[in-house]
Amino acid sequence: MLTLAIETSCDETACAVIKDGREVLSNIISSQIDVHRKFGGVVPEIASRKHIEAINNIIQEALDEANCTFKDLDLIGVTQGPGLVGALLVGISTAKALAYGLDIPLIGVNHIEGHICANYIEHKDLEPPFTCLVVSGGHTYLLNVKSYVDYELVGRTRDDAAGEAFDKVARALGLPYPGGPHIDRLAKIGDKDSIPFPRVYLEDGSYDFSFSGLKTAVLNYLNQMKQKGEEIIVEDVAASFQQAVLDVLVDKAFRLARETSSKKIVIAGGVAANEGLRNMLESRGEEEGIRIYYPSRILCTDNAAMIGSAAYYHYINGERSDLSLNVEPNLGLN
Amino acid sequence: MKVLGLDTSTMMATCAVINDERLLGEFSLNQDMTHSERLVPMIKEILDNLNMKVEDIDLYGVAIGPGSFTGLRIGAATIKAFAHLFDKPMVGVSSLEALAYNLPFNEIVVPMIDARRNRVYTGIYTWEDRELKELLAPCVLPIDELIIRLKDFDSVVVNGNGTLIYREILEERLGKQVSFAPLGLNSCKASSICELARIKYEKGQLDDYFTLAPEYLRESQAQRQLREKEKETS
Ligand SMILES: [Zn+2]
Repeated sequence: MLTLAIETSCDETACAVIKDGREVLSNIISSQIDVHRKFGGVVPEIASRKHIEAINNIIQEALDEANCTFKDLDLIGVTQGPGLVGALLVGISTAKALAYGLDIPLIGVNHIEGHICANYIEHKDLEPPFTCLVVSGGHTYLLNVKSYVDYELVGRTRDDAAGEAFDKVARALGLPYPGGPHIDRLAKIGDKDSIPFPRVYLEDGSYDFSFSGLKTAVLNYLNQMKQKGEEIIVEDVAASFQQAVLDVLVDKAFRLARETSSKKIVIAGGVAANEGLRNMLESRGEEEGIRIYYPSRILCTDNAAMIGSAAYYHYINGERSDLSLNVEPNLGLN
Repeated sequence: MKVLGLDTSTMMATCAVINDERLLGEFSLNQDMTHSERLVPMIKEILDNLNMKVEDIDLYGVAIGPGSFTGLRIGAATIKAFAHLFDKPMVGVSSLEALAYNLPFNEIVVPMIDARRNRVYTGIYTWEDRELKELLAPCVLPIDELIIRLKDFDSVVVNGNGTLIYREILEERLGKQVSFAPLGLNSCKASSICELARIKYEKGQLDDYFTLAPEYLRESQAQRQLREKEKETS
């Protein structure tokens, strides 16, 4: 069973062909990052314009690389949200026209679910249930994944997403956009215990997150140092900040795994590529007898293969989207 | 030759099928549902009624702008996908030219589409040898500036959603010089998109589904701000 999937929720125009939900035949990603860099962030209108210019080429590349044609397809999957409305509309309009023209089923996919499903592609043996931590520039979620289509949301950020805090701190440190990977790189050489930034655990037993206080603490620290005329050691700030984020993420993920007697913790989303996070989870996983899963780097970024995987499992579950499917820019998980 | 045409450049969604010189069906809706929700179901409705499938269409036409950025992309994405699926020819048609095509008289025809903040997307057209000639190429103009230009003509016919917003000021400043199109000719007709697409196709003016993009006539706000900032610093 072949699924063609389209993902245009932010600044990546992506298309993939997936066999039976787990096997990637092609996974084409066209990043607009160079276009947006000079604006210091993604500009929605420019992202939408780039998507409509690129999409048919990306689809053709995906078909060519998978060595198939439109007629071989059985299912169309597309990101329905969350994301930028204008950007999502390009993908969903294209997907609906393809599904109708080919007379094959269509599935609208939640982008966050897609990130989780990237792990099914990476790890052929991974099956639900498991504990899952989704961390990206836009999202921070802690979930019990009960089945391929059933997600129980246990915790979420009350303000900034973890990745957003990374980007903002990186900007304050004068690092290029997007800043997350730069922080990760600098954190490796810095001293993580040099600056005592706060760990925000919120009220007892809460699985929610809050990163805006930490972000403010970093900004205040930088201001104070500047005022005192003292040297700022960027590596130490990066390492101490990153550790403050990771401590909370990792603690809460393990607490949830313990509480639900889960032996598997799965991480997903752009920040799942963070080596500090991976290492910390893995060493603690070894101590506690919990296996850690994360996708390879390319599957951590926004891509369509993960959307194809999610679409497949919803299709198997008997779901179908109809031709009036609309985008849901604020789609959450419930 | 069967042509499917559509326009989603304004709140009105319209879609039509023609076969050579014959209009087979046309559907226009102006309601609160978004184009994203209604466009493909509308195309399906019209094709089902005609007992046709997407693959039966020989040529695709789409209004390529100016108009609502988002609306234009919904229409373009849909038509590009159809043309790509069956590797059929496609043509992008100016939404202003399609509006002017509604009014085939020996007059000066001035379509106007609302561009917000007292501006309109507009062009000035006239008929010569049964063909639409462009006297002013599609552009964005403040309504005041357009009115000053229109004073040069003895009489003009106007249409498009801009005339609904600026009717009073047009009447006040141009008086009897200006005539307004009837309601049914005030918005773009997909049948005109079909016909103009066919004419362009016959002249070999084809577009490519790999490269076709809307003609926005306006850069994004972020781009404009960046350009202004760069000008200041240089
Ligand atoms: Zn993402």
